[in-house]
Amino acid sequence: MKEPLLRVRDLKTYFVTERGRGTARAVDGVSFDLYPGETLGIVGESGCGKTVTSLSILRLIPEPPGHIRPGSFIEFEGRNLLTLSPPELRAVRGNRIAMIFQEPMTSLNPVFTVGDQIAEAAIVHQRLSRRAARARALEMLRLVGIPDPEARLDDYPHQLSGGICQRVMIAMALVCHPQVLIADEPTTALDVTIQAQILELLERLQAELGMAIMLITHDLGIVAGSADRVVVMYAGQVVETAPTPELFTRAQHPYTEGLMASVPRLDRPPAARLHSIPGNVPAATDWPSGCRFHPRCPYAWDKCRAEEPPLLETGGAGHTARCWLVAEPQRRMRRS
Amino acid sequence: MTAWLVRRCAAAIAIVFAVVTLTFLLIHLAPGTPFVPSDERVLDPAVVDGLRRQFGLDRPLGVQYVRYVVALLHGDPGYSFSLRRPIGEVLATTVPNTLLLSGAALAIDFLLGAAIGLYQAARARHRADVVLGNATLFLYSVPTFWLGLVLVLVFGQHLAWFPVGGDRNPVLYPSLSLLGRLGDRAWHLALPALTLGLVGAGGTARFQRAALLEVAGQDFIRTARAKGLHERRIWLVHTLRNALLPLITLFGLALPFLLTGAVLIETVFSWPGMGKLAADAIFTRDYPVVTAAALLASVMVVLGSLVADVLYSVADPRIRLGKGGARA
Repeated sequence: MKEPLLRVRDLKTYFVTERGRGTARAVDGVSFDLYPGETLGIVGESGCGKTVTSLSILRLIPEPPGHIRPGSFIEFEGRNLLTLSPPELRAVRGNRIAMIFQEPMTSLNPVFTVGDQIAEAAIVHQRLSRRAARARALEMLRLVGIPDPEARLDDYPHQLSGGICQRVMIAMALVCHPQVLIADEPTTALDVTIQAQILELLERLQAELGMAIMLITHDLGIVAGSADRVVVMYAGQVVETAPTPELFTRAQHPYTEGLMASVPRLDRPPAARLHSIPGNVPAATDWPSGCRFHPRCPYAWDKCRAEEPPLLETGGAGHTARCWLVAEPQRRMRRS
Repeated sequence: MTAWLVRRCAAAIAIVFAVVTLTFLLIHLAPGTPFVPSDERVLDPAVVDGLRRQFGLDRPLGVQYVRYVVALLHGDPGYSFSLRRPIGEVLATTVPNTLLLSGAALAIDFLLGAAIGLYQAARARHRADVVLGNATLFLYSVPTFWLGLVLVLVFGQHLAWFPVGGDRNPVLYPSLSLLGRLGDRAWHLALPALTLGLVGAGGTARFQRAALLEVAGQDFIRTARAKGLHERRIWLVHTLRNALLPLITLFGLALPFLLTGAVLIETVFSWPGMGKLAADAIFTRDYPVVTAAALLASVMVVLGSLVADVLYSVADPRIRLGKGGARA
């Protein structure tokens, strides 16, 4: 297999909560790789740490209250992003690794035109002249499929719809042709029809520009349609990782099973009630002992409460799961 | 834009007219009359009656009001009872004095205040922010006249670096060169302008810091950081531009002060401006002067909010007047 482009190892991002009520271990020892040109889906419920993971890569966590623990390691182009000096970090942000966010309407600055906002990164990173940067911005608007791009260049964000704003965000993120695009819930705030358009756009741009995409989402449907590989997160940890087809056919972790059972599917009878995972994600200040999923897990036994499982090889290529069931599959049988 | 401006101006004229009417009524209804004999001024009642007749004060209030408004519409604000000069002449000397003091004070207030607020916000919750936060809170809560007296005591009296009052050297001024005159005015201006400016800057800085920090937490600032912009550019361009909007409102509210003057500070520093004029006129029941001062003040209030609206539409594309977005 190819060398990974981005290597995340033992990432720990903690937040000191107010009034000293403890430390929220939002991301607690996350490791994964991102390969050139692939789309990696990162999936999990709200509060599982997927957004904090994505923000930590570009060190966009507000400090204080957040901090990335020493010992964490994010390797990109042979360097640890977590130890870069501010100028070195700026040269990566928006240039080699770019990011788009969940709320396109509030992620654009209301007092500058979209043309200026797209051109800004090109001026800063590539030292283009104002005129050249404006031409580049126009080119980008055309690339992301915005109708009448010349006129949109001088529009302000409030004059545009949410879908167009997200296209502008994508244009802005890709203006320097980054190696990695981190997309944090890029379609969550948009209408369903617009969602599909944005995902298609990302796919097309990936084919044209060849960047790797880290797609953060809570929607397994999006993952099934767009991602090559999937990382499932729960309670600040990676609980399962597998190529997409493998995950959808042979999910090993009960949490992943639960997520899948809670999505409506065309190949199941429509009358069946959708499954929901009992309980909520526990508080990040107080993760459960042993396996963090055990209070909500239908299979949990003594070992799960006492001992935290490592990521175990399941036998499938590149498929690991953080579950004792991988070592003792007979326990799954006994219950059913 | 033009239609909007016409509507605003019509409303402005109505407001000013209402203020003049109310002031006229209130000051005439207030107890006390002009030309009362005082300890130093023993007046024959017959003389007082003569003066009242001379200025038309013996006529019914309605007649006086109509006469006043008609004269005002002809550009004649009347004649000051106590100064015995036409009010137009009086204003010609006091208005520039007040403009000078208030203008300098406003400049210190907003430039220094905005700069301190920006410095604090960029270092929020660090030591420098805490120290400056306490300093601005102190300035903001100090009464201006007290700070004025302390500055006079320290820099005027003990150190004798600055004059203790007045707007120019009464003896030497006429004989000074142009440069010397400018220097003399600036030297007299320093303490009162600094007093007003510092107290204002305390409030402005606190306001600006809060506005900046609110903007700094917005999604688009995270976007700017994710783009790889320098922190300086994030603060000075992306954050400041958005945080200026509330400051413009503050500025619009402060503008009237340019002409109303600061009564207490003009009194402490014997500064011959509008504030002192208006205060003296109220004590002597100098009706036309009081009304003229209220007229100027209301014109400035209306003008201030108009200027703020125009500045707002320049700074914020979402409320730009005329083309595009929503109308204000």
